Amino acid sequence: MARQPKEPKRPKRKEPKPKYTAERNIPGAFEGETVTRRRFMTGTVHTAGAVAAGAFTLPALGFAVGPLFQGHPPRWVDVGATTDFPADTYVPKIVTLTPGIGEIGKTTVYMRKRNPSIDTEPADQYNQFIAISTRCMHVGCPVRYVSATQRFVCPCHGGVYDFRGIRTGGPPVRPLDRFYTRVRVDRVQLGPRYSNNSALHRFSPRDPGEPLDGIGQYLYPSRPTARKLPG
Amino acid sequence: MRLPKLPAPPTPRILQPRPARPGEGNGKRPADPLEAAREAGVSAADWIDERTSLSGGVRWLLFRKVPRGTNWFYTLGSATMFAFLSQAVTGVFLAMYYDPSPTHAYESVRYITNTAFLGAFVRGMHKWGSSVMIVLIFLHMGRTFYFGAYKYPRELNWVIGVVLVVLTLMMGLTGYLLPLDQRSYWATIVAVNLNGTGPLVGPYLADFLRGGPDFGATTLSRFYSIHMLLIPGAIAALIGAHLYLVAKLGTTAPPWLKAEPDPELRKAEA
Repeated sequence: MARQPKEPKRPKRKEPKPKYTAERNIPGAFEGETVTRRRFMTGTVHTAGAVAAGAFTLPALGFAVGPLFQGHPPRWVDVGATTDFPADTYVPKIVTLTPGIGEIGKTTVYMRKRNPSIDTEPADQYNQFIAISTRCMHVGCPVRYVSATQRFVCPCHGGVYDFRGIRTGGPPVRPLDRFYTRVRVDRVQLGPRYSNNSALHRFSPRDPGEPLDGIGQYLYPSRPTARKLPG
Repeated sequence: MRLPKLPAPPTPRILQPRPARPGEGNGKRPADPLEAAREAGVSAADWIDERTSLSGGVRWLLFRKVPRGTNWFYTLGSATMFAFLSQAVTGVFLAMYYDPSPTHAYESVRYITNTAFLGAFVRGMHKWGSSVMIVLIFLHMGRTFYFGAYKYPRELNWVIGVVLVVLTLMMGLTGYLLPLDQRSYWATIVAVNLNGTGPLVGPYLADFLRGGPDFGATTLSRFYSIHMLLIPGAIAALIGAHLYLVAKLGTTAPPWLKAEPDPELRKAEA
């Protein structure tokens, strides 16, 4: 092992010790200490307090907002035989949308058979029977079907919809919502709700008052837990 | 033979004659029961004050100097606070009978109204008192605005007051659902859907209020909890802050009073 050439010896200079605590007048510190015991303990106590407060606040908050992220598998309820529903007028059916809460879980749904001469939207397995929600798309009052004029009318603020549920007057912002329907052995089953834009293009269910045409579909995002049914 | 005399057994303390205390005896008793009661009250207050020093704070809060021209309009804030206290007290007792479940809420409200002793009266106080509180809080707000009492250094108190107005309106909204009749139900549907029309956050806010995408099993209890715990707690805390600032900053003189410089000061300036 070759000896390293010896460096020329510099006059030894004393490294100045940092005067952190002295400059800041922090009492009770050893010389050169950057984190005094007092500062360390203060930080520890604050951290412990934050952890303790978070330990009950965060679960409580999660508990309160949890239902927003809760998905529900689609419920299909029997609403009658396929022969119960004509193609030229609506039959009101009372169905339970939310079970277990009595009267307020029920709603009226207007139903008819699909009529290819009127219903121009593409047919698929979910719209052989048309099920119109009675929830007005202004602020959610219940609409009523008036057979004399073949219109849906809302008693609250004068919303009017035509036979297909498309808005023809008043403040509503989109056509009436619909429900998926399917046929199982000559029985009609009613599934989850979906929303439409004015071209009756399907969207995942939105609340009333939320337009779905143009920029509306982006301003009112869908729920991550309630998607369109595939197909 | 004489027996030595034994010492007498010690008398129980309770049987020993008590020496007269200073101020008692010799005709120095409190003259009448009224005075005795007053002295008892004074000594009880002294007992508490010796241990808490509360009297200074009470004096600071209650015995303030108020400007000349202070008039009845200045009582609207206290009136609003008493309306809130009335709502709090009647609400606590209504909660003893009310059942926040969707299937029993209406029946329990009907029981309060028709069967419970004084139920219709207490519920009526709560129902009409809510309107009274809203009217009073807006009159108080108007008084503050027209008297210019929101100006420096009282801006923060104005901000707290505006938050209190919003919280009071939220009390009205959440309380409206609780009887769960047709009017409550549809009013709440409409109100929540109005919340939903706010762009981007609206749908989530509506879902938060309902506890899900539809009016469901927990919506009523959610409104109930917000109505009787969350918002009243916030209102009580903010009223405390509001009152602290009122006592700290003092009240304003009515705007029609001209400022009159102290003659002593004027003399000194000249």
